[in-house]
This record gives sequence, C-alpha cells and structure tokens, in this order.
Amino acid sequence: MSETATRAPEKSGGIRELRKLFAGGGRQYGILGALVFIIVFFQIFTDGKTLDPINLINLINGNAYVLVLAIGMVMVIVAGHIDLSVGSVAAFVGIVVAQVMKGLSFPGLPEGMSSFLTVFIGIIVGLIIGALVGAWQGWWVAYVGVPAFIVTLAGMLLFRGANQFVGNSTSIPVPQEFKFIGGGFLNDFGPDFGFSNPTLILGALVVVAVIWQERRSRVAQRKMGADIAPLWVSIVRLVVVLAVVVGATLLFATGRVGTSFPIAGIILGVLVLGYSFLTNNTTIGRHIFAVGGNWRAAELSGVNIRKVNFFVMANMSVIAALAGMIWIARSAASGPGDGVGWELDAISAVFIGGAAVSGGIGTVAGSIIGGLVIAVLNNGLQLLSVGADRVQMIKGLVLLIAVGVDVYSKRQGRPSIIGLLTRKRGGELDVSPGAKPAGTQTPTPSAGGAEETVRPPDQQPRG
Amino acid sequence: MELEGNSEPTILEMRSITKEFPGVKALDEVSLTVKVGEIHAICGENGAGKSTLMKVLSGVYPFGTYAGDIVYQGKTVKFRDIKQSEADGIVIIHQELALIPLLSITENLFLGNEPTKRGVIDWVSAQKMARDLLARVGLSDDPDTLIKDIGVGKQQLVEIAKALHKSVKLLILDEPTAALNESDSQHLLDLLRGLKGRGITSIIISHKLNEIEAIADEITIIRDGKAIETLNVRDDGVDEDRIIRGMVGRTLENRFPPRIGDVGEVLFEVKNWNVRHPLVADRMVVKNSSFTVRRGEVVGFAGLMGAGRTELAMSIFGRSYGVFQSGALFKDGKEIKVTNVQDAIDNGIAYVSEDRKALGLNLLDDIKRSVVSAKLSKISKGSVVDKVEEYQASERYRKSLRIKTPTVYEGVNKLSGGNQQKVVLAKWMFTDPDILILDEPTRGIDVGAKTEIYGIIRDLAAQGKGVIMISSELPELLGVSDRIYTIFEGAITNEMSADEADPETLMKSMTSTEKRAPKL
Ligand SMILES: Nc1ncnc2c1ncn2[C@@H]1O[C@H](COP(=O)(O)OP(=O)(O)OP(=O)(O)O)[C@@H](O)[C@H]1O
Ligand SMILES: [Mg+2]
Repeated sequence: MSETATRAPEKSGGIRELRKLFAGGGRQYGILGALVFIIVFFQIFTDGKTLDPINLINLINGNAYVLVLAIGMVMVIVAGHIDLSVGSVAAFVGIVVAQVMKGLSFPGLPEGMSSFLTVFIGIIVGLIIGALVGAWQGWWVAYVGVPAFIVTLAGMLLFRGANQFVGNSTSIPVPQEFKFIGGGFLNDFGPDFGFSNPTLILGALVVVAVIWQERRSRVAQRKMGADIAPLWVSIVRLVVVLAVVVGATLLFATGRVGTSFPIAGIILGVLVLGYSFLTNNTTIGRHIFAVGGNWRAAELSGVNIRKVNFFVMANMSVIAALAGMIWIARSAASGPGDGVGWELDAISAVFIGGAAVSGGIGTVAGSIIGGLVIAVLNNGLQLLSVGADRVQMIKGLVLLIAVGVDVYSKRQGRPSIIGLLTRKRGGELDVSPGAKPAGTQTPTPSAGGAEETVRPPDQQPRG
Repeated sequence: MELEGNSEPTILEMRSITKEFPGVKALDEVSLTVKVGEIHAICGENGAGKSTLMKVLSGVYPFGTYAGDIVYQGKTVKFRDIKQSEADGIVIIHQELALIPLLSITENLFLGNEPTKRGVIDWVSAQKMARDLLARVGLSDDPDTLIKDIGVGKQQLVEIAKALHKSVKLLILDEPTAALNESDSQHLLDLLRGLKGRGITSIIISHKLNEIEAIADEITIIRDGKAIETLNVRDDGVDEDRIIRGMVGRTLENRFPPRIGDVGEVLFEVKNWNVRHPLVADRMVVKNSSFTVRRGEVVGFAGLMGAGRTELAMSIFGRSYGVFQSGALFKDGKEIKVTNVQDAIDNGIAYVSEDRKALGLNLLDDIKRSVVSAKLSKISKGSVVDKVEEYQASERYRKSLRIKTPTVYEGVNKLSGGNQQKVVLAKWMFTDPDILILDEPTRGIDVGAKTEIYGIIRDLAAQGKGVIMISSELPELLGVSDRIYTIFEGAITNEMSADEADPETLMKSMTSTEKRAPKL
C-alpha cells in the first residue's frame, strides 16, 4: 500500500496561484464578477448615475427587504424546502404592527419616551407575530409532514387574506419615528469634513475587520497544515477588498447632507454577519446542510430532522416579519398590496447566488450577491427609464442564464465562471454516479417534507 | 507480458490511457488488451483507477477528457457519451445500480429503448420480450414486479438482461457481486460463463478474488493508476495470493489478525427484542431476539439477505428502523433508554450502515465535515464548531485509516468506493463508541484494506469495546469474530463460538428455524 496518496499532475504555477486568490468561494466569485460587470455596465450607460451616492443609498434602502428575505430563504432552500409565503407574511405582520402602533398612546409620558415605547412595542409585536406564524408553518412542515411548498402556498393565501382582514383592505400609516428603521440614517456628529462621520467610522470598522479576518484565516490555515497561499495572494486579495470598502465608504459618506450609510443597510449587514456565522460555524448550520444533502444519513447521524425543519421554516417567517417592518417603515404606511411577489425576488436571489434546487448547497453571501444583482438591475433599468414590462422580461432571463451557466460549468466539473474562463480545453465531466447533479433535476422544491416522516419502502434495509 | 505470440483475435485495445482529475492522476498510461470471448478481470486496490478506466471506455468520460487511444473491433473509437458506446455493443453496469425502484422490471428493461408501434409504446410486445430476456438470465419473476420489490441479486440480473436487450458484445461489470450473497453471486457467475459460451466478452471488476480466480481467463492488475501486469489464469497458475501480490506489491501474510486481548464481562445485552415492519402491521421483522456482547469481543451475525440482520441492528440503534414493539437494552448491566439516534450515540452505540451512499454519507460534504458529522459536540464550544479541531481530527483518521486522498478538503463523492467506506468508519470511530455495530463493513473493499479494517476491528476490541459485525462473507465472520449468532427470518437461531463454527453448520442455522438450545 503506497503511503503517498497524492498523484498531483503538474500544473503551471501561475494559474494555480491565481486560483488560490479565489479559493474557498468557488461559485460566488463567478456571480460577484457578474455583479461587477452589471455595475460597470450601468455606470457607463447611465452616465455615472448608478454609483452616485444618493442613488446608492436609495438602492440599499429600496432593496433591503429583499436582501433580508434572501438570508432566510437560502437556509430554507439549503434544507430542501421553499417558502412561498414570505410576501404575505411580511404584509400581514406589517399591517398588524401599523395597527398596534396606531392604537398605542402613553398620555402620562413625555413625548420622546412615548414614541420610543410605541416603536419598541411595535417591533417586538412584529417579531413575535413572525415567530408565531413561523411556528405554525414549521409545525405543518416538520411535524405533520406536509411539503413546505404546500404549507407556504396555503400561507400565501392565508396571510394575504389576514392582511386585508386586519387592515380592512386599506392602508394604515406608521408613526414618524418608526420610519427610522426603513429610511433612517445615523446622526452626524463631530467636526464637518464634508463627509458623514458615522459612515467613515463604520467604514474604518469594516477595514479593521477585513484585515483581522484575513490574518485569522492565515493563522488557521497554518494550523490546519493546508498549503497556504503565498503572502502576495493574501495581499492582493486584501488590496482589492479594501479598495472596494474604502470606495464604498467614501461614496456613502458624500451623500446629501444629513444622510449616511442607511440604517436598513446596517440591519442587513448585522444579519449577514450573524447568519453567515450561523451557517458556517455552528452545529445548527451544519445540521441544515446535512438535512438538505442527505436527510437519511443525517437522521442516522443523530440529527433531529424535525427540529431542523422547524427551525428553518420558523426562522424564515421571523425574517419575513423583519422585512415587512423595514418595508412599512420606508413606505411610511402598511397597505394591502405590500409584499406581492417578494417570494419570487428572494428565491431568484438565492438561486442566482448559487444554491442548488435539490438542497444541500447555498451560501448567505452568495444569496446577498444574487440579490444585489437583481437590485442593481432593477435600479439601472429604472434609471434608463426602461418600462416595468421589459424589466420583468430581463430579470427572468437573467435568472435563467445565471443558473444555466452554473449548471453548465458544474457539468464541466468546474465550480465557477472564473473556472470557465481559465479552462483551456475540454474539461472533465463529473458524472460519477455519486456526484449530485445539483440544479439539473426537475425542480421539486418541496422534496423532503413529506418523505421525512415515512421511510419510503425502497429505502428499507436488505440484510 | 501481454500477448504471448498466439494470435487470438482481440476485441479491445486501450492504449496508454491517461486521465486526470483536478489534483489527481487517476490513470497513468494504462494499456489493456481484451480478447474476443474471454472474461477479463481487472483487479486493484481501492482508488487504483479501475472504475475510471471503465468509465473512459464506455464514454462516461467522453473523448477529449482523457489521453490515449481506444481500439475496439479494429477501429479507433471516440465515444462522446454512453449512447455511442452502447450503439457499438459496449454496455457498462455500474458499481451503483441504475434501476428505478418504483418502475416495473419491464419498464426498467426498456427505459430509453421502448419498443414502439406508430410512436406509442407497445406494452404487449414489451412484455413478451421482457419474459424472453428474463429467461435468458434465469429469472422467472413476473415482469410487472416493481424493482424495489426484488432483491439486489435479482436487480443485478435485470441489469444484465437490459444489457442483452442492447445486443451487448462487450459487457462491463463493476463489482457486480459486492452486494450479493454467496448463492446469488454464484448464479451471476454461472450466467457470465453462459454468456461467454455465446461469444459475449466480459470485463469484470471485483474485490472478491476467489470469484476472480474461478471465473477469469485473464487478469489485469492496476496499482496507483498504472497497469502492473496481465496474468493468464490457466497458463500462469494464478491463485489469490498471486493476485494480491500484484495488487499490493508484496505478499499479505495474515489476512485475519490474531485475537489478542481478553474477553471481559458482558458489556451490552439485548433482551426479547421485537420489531414490526414499518408499513405492514402484522409482519414482524425481528422476533424475540436476545443476545449479549462482552467487552473485548467481536460478535458476528450471519444470515441471508433479508434475514433481518440490518433490521435488528438499526432498530437497536435508536429505533431507526421499523416499529418498536418490546424489548430492553442493557449496558454494563444497567438498562438504558434508547429511543432515538441521539440517545444511541450518547450511550456509546455506533452503527456503520451497509449502504454508505444512501445512509452513511452526505455526498455534498467534504471529508473533514463528514468525519465529524456524527459527534459535532466533540469539537464544538457551545454550538460553535472549531474548524481547526475538525481538521486535526479528520487528518488523524485520514492517516490512521490510510484514506487515499490528497487532502481532507476533498469532496467524499470524489473518493473511490473503498475510501468512502473508510470515511464512514472514521465518522463512527470519531464518536468514541463502546459498542460498534458494523453492517457489511468490507463491502466493495480491496483485500489490503479489508485486512486493515479487520485490524481496526480487533484493535477496538482489544481496547475493551464490543463490536457487532454483520457480514455475508462467512470466511470473514469466521476469521474475525469471537462468537457468531445466526439469524433466520427475524429470529436468532443459533449461537456458537468461532472455534466450533464452520461454514456448513452456520449455513444450516442460517436457513432453518429449528432452534438449538443455545450454549453457555
Ligand atoms: N470525479 C472525480 N473527481 C476527482 N477524483 C476522482 C473522481 N473520480 C475518481 N477520482 C479519483 O480517481 C482515483 C481512481 O478512482 P476509481 O473510482 O477509478 O477507483 P477504483 O479502482 O474503482 O476503486 P474502488 O475499488 O474503491 O471502487 C481515486 O483516487 C479517486 O479519488
Ligand atoms: Mg470502483
């Protein structure tokens, strides 16, 4: 038996090193490239309006809710489910929160205190309702075994109706102070350099965090004996990332006076960090991927499948509640038409971001990038005054092409568009029976749900 | 070394085939010559490149993704997919069967090749043809039976019938008998001899060297992606030891490690265990079974396919199969409550499934994540996974079990079958079990690795753990176990120490209900 397990073919060093530059992200870098391309494209064709600070701030504020939804949706999809009800749940929570806040008054308290309490209670009520709705849907999916597709299709109708029932099919305004979370900014302070100081501080924090993270990952790599990328690769990567961060900071800091990086963006950022950590580094995150990848193996490894399914579904509704509140805060009122079609945007974002229809594959970061692709596309086409009809057609095609390229490059045995570009000639075909042709299967988004309670007869042991 | 002057016509010549995967050279200038009408075996360790070579031949890896030439029936061929190779009469039956469980035998036989009359599937003639084809492989089952309702042995035969329908000239079988019991295997081998009589050439890959020795005309040995030698079974007087020498480059002394360490007191006891079939209310799959495992002991379970061995094991392992009816588990004399898999793991029970792809692994994961997946708590602080510890743990097992892979970052779907099995084994050893249940632990594993796994099993026993080993290979049961139980139709029929057991007595107890009073 030979000791050396590797029979690595020689490969020109340059390409290998280049690959390391993008190591670990695989698919995400491909879609990141697409995002950069779209931004540059619109920047040119809108005469620089795309990267205008005010437009950027609008873009974040106007799309925060989709990006927030995408975070929850990617976990649902990784676990092998789908959630069609997020738009309706968001609308339902929005109207209840608006209604509750309208009815609240604290006569004895000073003005500021009273409005703070109103907003605070509103948000808490919203999250609790989201959790209750989520528990309801999660129970059906995880414990009764109804496929999530059906449960949330029902939820879509149920909570849309509930929104109109509560609001009498009319709009309800929200208090001035509540608008903070959807369209608000950090208060400026300190000396005036012509930049927004809080944004600069925020940017500086991100810079520190990025450097610290890169260092930490090099230390971990060393401990893990992995062949460490040469220092210059780290430095190039750092320079690129930091340039983007600094550029973005300066852009956001030079918006209209009184604006900064939007509050909704900060909420989004916190959620992205939190949920990236959850999916990558925690046991529950592992369990979600395990259930989506092979629920039977997960079950036999001691994973409580029901708990995992319950969690992802319940979590999704809480996130939908948050998205609903961000939305009504931005639009200053909750109405019967809120949230229509949101599920489609969120699902598209997740799939553009590289998740597999069959579950088990997907990342929070990828989904956010996918969501940004849609957002920039929406925004740029609006700036070019393309009609809503054509915007829809273009979005549909983008989804199809993004996933198509993904499936194609996977079939070539390459994980990313970058891989596609660096490919010399006919790549390897990865059709070994074990390889899961992710994304090439017929979309059965609800798979898993019903099967999990009854072991299908063909899966019985034989011995 | 290859053709010894006699000019028997060749059907296939693969010349200097080289195939690389990112980071791995799976085949390095491999040449293979197959004569018309012979049975040609390919032997080699796990990960040697056998399956890859056959995938190159059959167009699974299309022309252009490998280097070298394939000359088939005198012509250089450049298959771009399986359809093209099938059109030329090359049919491959993969390591993993490719039948659709919920379709009938007939539907599976003609899948993609349906006989039609004016564009509509002609089920009447399909039925008739199906009966003919089944008769040719010696099956008398109703062609309307669903695939899921027939055993693996018969499924294998259906695959061959399917190949016959495609007028096969060169039949490739990748480990066809790995999941079969002895009589089914025998039947399959007889069938291959029959096909040979009718001029069909076969290439067979197998780790069961006794079968190879019995059936092959020539054997090509592959080691680390290189063709080492081609042996002519009759002329070269080839026996198992000779094949092993070629595969591992040295002679293997003891196939079964010595039993060291003492058998201690009773560690684990199952009492009056009854389990019902999950769907059929009046069918018991485990009937009133009781057995014990002592510290430092390897307990074998012998039984035919479908006897209820796996059902027994899985129902003990956190009731993960069937509907629990009654019975009790004791560990160190104290009753333990095990109602789900987590309880089982917490109580130090581990179960290595017989079906690594469906039940053992998440094929989307990499090696390191797979190894730690059954006991994440061991490398987590709170519920945060420590990735450095994860790496170190998996790296330890990669070394100690000699998992053949460049790094533990590799996806498990890229490993060869035997190395996947080692990953599953590592995954359960990682949970530090006291009682390790191994269900067909050496299925599809090469001789060298088998010996290693036997060594691991004996080591675990020597550390005072109890090992339960279910196996269809009697020599392995006799060679590794201290004590053997036999199961027939869900009930334990006999118990004997390995010293007093022999294949005949085992076989008798595996096929009859009459219960001898257990000794001890
Ligand atoms: N799709 C793939 N991507 C990367 N590496 C692969 C792929 N398929 C196989 N390999 C590697 O190629 C080598 C040969 O694998 P192959 O499956 O041919 O082995 P094998 O001889 O059939 O082994 P076994 O007896 O275990 O089935 C192994 O090192 C394996 O890890
Ligand atoms: Mg193989």
